[in-house]
Amino acid sequence: MAQPEIGKKTNTKVEDQSSLKGTLASVFLLGFFLIITWVGVYFLFLDRF
Amino acid sequence: MKSVNTIVDRRDGKLVMAHFYVAFIALAIGGLAGLLQTLVRSGKFELPSWTGYYQILTIHGVVLGLVLTTFFIMGFQLALVSKTSGTLTAKQRKTGWIGFWTMTVGTVMAAVMILMNEASVLYTFYAPLQAHALFYIGLTLVVVGSWIDGAALIMAYASWRKANPGKPSPLLTFMAMVNTLMWIVATIGVAATVLFQLLPWSLGLVERVDVLVSRTLFWYFGHPLVYFWLLPAYMAWYAIVPKIIGGKIFSDSLARMSFILFLLFSIPVGFHHQLTEPGIDPAWKFLQVVLTFLVVIPSLMTAFSLFATFEMYGRSKGATGLFGWLKKLPWGDARFVVPFIGMLAFIPAGAGGLVNASHQLNQVVHNTIWVTGHFHLTLATSVVLTFFGISYWLVPHLTGRVLTKAMNKLAIIQGVVWAIGMTFMSGAMHAAGLLGAPRRSSFSTYGGSEQAMEWIPYQVAQAVGGSILFLGIILMLYIFINLAFFAPKGEEEFPVGEVSDAAEKTPMVFENWKLWIGITVLLILFAYTIPFIDMIENAPIGSKGYKFF
Amino acid sequence: MHIHKFEKIWLIFGITTLLVFLTVVGVSAFYMGNQPPSCLATINPEKVDTTAPFDEPGLKKVEGKEWDYELIFVASAFAYNPGQVEVPKGAKVKVIATTKDVIHGFEVAGTNINMMLEPGYISEFVTTFDKAGEYLIVCNEYCGVGHHMMSSKIEVVE
Repeated sequence: MAQPEIGKKTNTKVEDQSSLKGTLASVFLLGFFLIITWVGVYFLFLDRF
Repeated sequence: MKSVNTIVDRRDGKLVMAHFYVAFIALAIGGLAGLLQTLVRSGKFELPSWTGYYQILTIHGVVLGLVLTTFFIMGFQLALVSKTSGTLTAKQRKTGWIGFWTMTVGTVMAAVMILMNEASVLYTFYAPLQAHALFYIGLTLVVVGSWIDGAALIMAYASWRKANPGKPSPLLTFMAMVNTLMWIVATIGVAATVLFQLLPWSLGLVERVDVLVSRTLFWYFGHPLVYFWLLPAYMAWYAIVPKIIGGKIFSDSLARMSFILFLLFSIPVGFHHQLTEPGIDPAWKFLQVVLTFLVVIPSLMTAFSLFATFEMYGRSKGATGLFGWLKKLPWGDARFVVPFIGMLAFIPAGAGGLVNASHQLNQVVHNTIWVTGHFHLTLATSVVLTFFGISYWLVPHLTGRVLTKAMNKLAIIQGVVWAIGMTFMSGAMHAAGLLGAPRRSSFSTYGGSEQAMEWIPYQVAQAVGGSILFLGIILMLYIFINLAFFAPKGEEEFPVGEVSDAAEKTPMVFENWKLWIGITVLLILFAYTIPFIDMIENAPIGSKGYKFF
Repeated sequence: MHIHKFEKIWLIFGITTLLVFLTVVGVSAFYMGNQPPSCLATINPEKVDTTAPFDEPGLKKVEGKEWDYELIFVASAFAYNPGQVEVPKGAKVKVIATTKDVIHGFEVAGTNINMMLEPGYISEFVTTFDKAGEYLIVCNEYCGVGHHMMSSKIEVVE
């Protein structure tokens, strides 16, 4: 499916990073949610006998 | 490259729709069963005497977990291949029909046995609870039928490769191929336990069954089963949703790489379902825990790709600020909104999954209703809402009709209703599970135990959520029937995403199936050989069958 | 294959998190002994009642072991034996259980005692009962029509 795109692959990367800052923020929010959940249950495990 | 077909050939469309009819009938039956369960568990409702909670629960699990999913996925994958790699040949289509009828006959056999209360063993059918032989034969036919469907897909893929030497296959065909191969490798486990252990034992040919070996073979299949459900949703997220919103696929190569990682790592991880059971050395359990964590990585990649697709699209429309791009997404389009709710649900679903798989942490939640809450987020929200979102354009595409504005609106309402119902039901399940409430159990006060009393308010909340979800199912069925039979004639688009201009050429190594299947098999042998030999060498005397239902 | 810089940052962060999780559970399991219940001993499920220690279910004081008591449970459809037991608070106990028929669960609600009982195998878990109270034991694996009636009780007393 990607064939005709091949020739154009060397696009400029000028905006590359600034334009994905929302993505970076989003995945980190997701990551913190994973950590909070996991740590929460881990403490439950530690607290119980 | 343009897609091969603008419209899926009507003859292929019929084959796909046949799969979908069974899938949506399953949704109706299984959904009703689910509603009844939540009502019973609230303690305010009793089933009539001719049926029982566990019979209903078996229907719910088999019909939704095995029938709805397998039929929808096989139908969807046939549509993807027909669309992106060209109309099936007569031989391929015929193979598809044979697969469909084999699965359907198997489904009916298993269903009849469940309805006669000869098979109230739940969809996991753990020995030594013993169902009627016809139940096992029925399930075998469902699996064999799915292999025949898979053969049709593989044949279609092979003809495309032959006609296009040296080129990477279309992304969606490639993804369907990964899922099919993973399914075939995984189902060998369940086929082995059913054909060599459970069937001869239920027929009385052998007296005893090795319970641990049977469970291990089941879970060798059971975890890739959940990825078999998930990957079609990922296909839509990676390669179809970008087109719906008007954006581009973030990266073709990364999408393929994440699928290959799923193929490699979703099978040698079954022990994380068996963490609290005897007879397996904890070191081998831990090894599979590590492998389970590896399968998280492609999901981390997926999360990034999806957000990136959305952000790139939003910014191309002039969005500014950190989250301004969110506003630019097509919030009025059910084909986007409904799968998007599914994506959001995968965040808590993934968090719960990490807990489940974390070795001794599993003791906190194992077989509590937390687990039920977990897979009602993964399967019954992320996957199922994405399947609904796919149906909203694929069904009218195949039947030569269109999704009208009114139906689109109703479809969005359906997605929102689902999200609300599931928040109540799954949320309450997670909470009650942490307090210790068991899964797969009818209403009980456990002799007035104080702890069990604490669980009851959560069970009432589950019934509220379950009732809202049932409303969602009615809406979905209404929309499906409309799209299949009554919507105005027209041409509904089959959206296939294009790759972003900045993306690179797709390496051919991804099509090297010998390599990937070779590594998959090596990983399976590595994770399973020694513990499996241990199990057989140190096996206790086997178990006779019990019919406690 | 090109990977965006931010995606690299995210993957490094994500994979590091996974490694930290694995290290925590791994160290806890292999150095502190917090393995999930994984007893490798077997038994003839049809002779449970005549096989020690299951011929005498209940709490027993033991000497010269790493734990002070052994708490023996026998599960069968749809009951546990004993149906109720008292454990002194602070006692280090090895819970030992098995089943006489189908698979059962053995979950002491609100604790980390949560194990599968499978015919032919013995399940064990060692823990210190350090909080007083009444704890419900439930069967958390479907075992048949009376599954939800199957329970027992542990009272941790001062």
